[in-house]
Amino acid sequence: MTDIIKLTAAEIAAKIASGELTAVEVTEAHLARIDAVDEKVHAFLHVDREGALAQARAVDEKRARGEKLGPLAGVPLALKDIFTTRGVPTTVGSKMLEGWIPPYDATLVKRLKAADVVILGKTNMDEFAMGSSTENSAYGPTGNPWDLTRIPGGSGGGSSAALAAFQAPLAIGTDTGGSIRQPAAVTGTVGVKPTYGSVSRYGMVAFSSSLDQGGPCARTVLDAALLHEAIAGHDPLDSTSVDLPVPPVVEAARNGSVAGMRVGVVKQFRGEGYQAGVMQRFDESVELLKELGAEVVELDCPTFDLALSAYYLIAPSECSSNLARFDGLRYGLRAGDDGSRSAEDVTALTREAGFGPEVKRRIILGTYALSSGYYDAWFGSAQKVRTLITREFEKAFEQVDVIVSPTTPTTAFPIGERADDPMAMYLADLCTIPTNLAGNAAMSLPCGLAPEDGLPVGLQIIAPAMQDDRLYKVGAAVEAAFVEKWGHPLIEEAPSL
Amino acid sequence: MPGITREEVAHLARLARLELADEELDHFAGQLDDIIGAVARVSEVAEQDVPPTSHPLPLTNVMRADEVRPSLTPAQALSGAPAQEQQRFKVPQILGED
Repeated sequence: MTDIIKLTAAEIAAKIASGELTAVEVTEAHLARIDAVDEKVHAFLHVDREGALAQARAVDEKRARGEKLGPLAGVPLALKDIFTTRGVPTTVGSKMLEGWIPPYDATLVKRLKAADVVILGKTNMDEFAMGSSTENSAYGPTGNPWDLTRIPGGSGGGSSAALAAFQAPLAIGTDTGGSIRQPAAVTGTVGVKPTYGSVSRYGMVAFSSSLDQGGPCARTVLDAALLHEAIAGHDPLDSTSVDLPVPPVVEAARNGSVAGMRVGVVKQFRGEGYQAGVMQRFDESVELLKELGAEVVELDCPTFDLALSAYYLIAPSECSSNLARFDGLRYGLRAGDDGSRSAEDVTALTREAGFGPEVKRRIILGTYALSSGYYDAWFGSAQKVRTLITREFEKAFEQVDVIVSPTTPTTAFPIGERADDPMAMYLADLCTIPTNLAGNAAMSLPCGLAPEDGLPVGLQIIAPAMQDDRLYKVGAAVEAAFVEKWGHPLIEEAPSL
Repeated sequence: MPGITREEVAHLARLARLELADEELDHFAGQLDDIIGAVARVSEVAEQDVPPTSHPLPLTNVMRADEVRPSLTPAQALSGAPAQEQQRFKVPQILGED
């Protein structure tokens, strides 16, 4: 029965639907795996054992009664601890919300429950989703299952590590500057940032509201598509939710092809700071796309060089505003309230005690970028860069169907290596950030191991807004070709822990 | 472009209602100065006649009918409060003596 944890979500759903496996068996197998390896990996902040088994029993009973099951019925999932879950702790990786139990479910959580997905628990993350390594969690770092001394990416490192360690076949992440794709790349898994506004942000703790986007994480392109379809769609509770039909992502994932497609390669997504083995695997992926029938077009997008700078002004600015709600008055931590201090003093002491260094750094930076006299020079200029990047994407998509790049400039770096060098850490999101600024869709999928360190390399695919199905069509074709070339999925080369 | 000094960090921290320790002020001043130096390139476009983009979607205010609907009970709404009294959030003093 140990092989249950190696099954894909699609396989698990099929076996549960046919009665070959029960949802309870599947859930118990994954809970046993978590018990066996999570002490080493630390992917989870909270395992909801009873809740997961109750959901699994409900699926089995539903099947026994002959009721219609969702396409992911009984499939276990690891949920980033940034989504509110009724009755289950939600900390956002911060001391600020330690012990907080939300009284309501995020829309995404409601949809997962409606799809009969079994939520195993909440995964570790950089505090308030700020970081590229999961080292900024107030609850300690997560290890990369490929090498536990290295980072699993961030901020959704817990979700991706849970997949790579076979603790769950599906996971949910959020992507503000690359926090789904970058962890996927360095753990050899698949991660998708859907078009901005296509997955509800209601109940997702806000970091940078104009950039944050929830999305699916999985070990295969088809699994990601099945999850994407389950969570996407209009939500009247979210004013930034797009009221358009969800693109046919599952159909696209089942019919992978790049024949006749034009694929763009951007000059700005290579050069200094890119690891040789990462570029080698990327160049091989471009050759593979040509072999599969795609036409490759070189693109020049000079404004992309400014994306990282614009992001590190816009995201902290929005964060400084969003995190003002953590004032120690209505929920979460309250520090220094000895009866003699004012609310203002208690707020300042609470925020000092509750936030970690990266969050404080960004609050200060954002306060600076938004302050009187500097607003036009910093925040205003960053917003102009955003316009130029969006225009450059529009121009590019007049010439090509999708754009490809490495997902990250390097493979997973050792835990601690960049901890005290914010700019070095920020470079991890160099290739992913332009997409968040423009709001379009992107995927990362494994394209091999870097020869120099044997660690996974990610291939990023970028599509225009609301054309998310293109990601899956291209991703499925590339994945199938790689699996044939390697003789097995890349994840099978991960250490057994 | 101006750099960022320790005094400025202290001022910004006060504006952000963040009580920073002395060693944090020293540490952040250096790091923020580096970050500001690195992101200063955005000013290259400052003079260009480009409209700013604040959001990837055109946002409009969404109104709904003002109808009574089910919502959280007072007990649920207060369940995460650091302190409560008589079905209300209990907060430290807001107004000073003067």
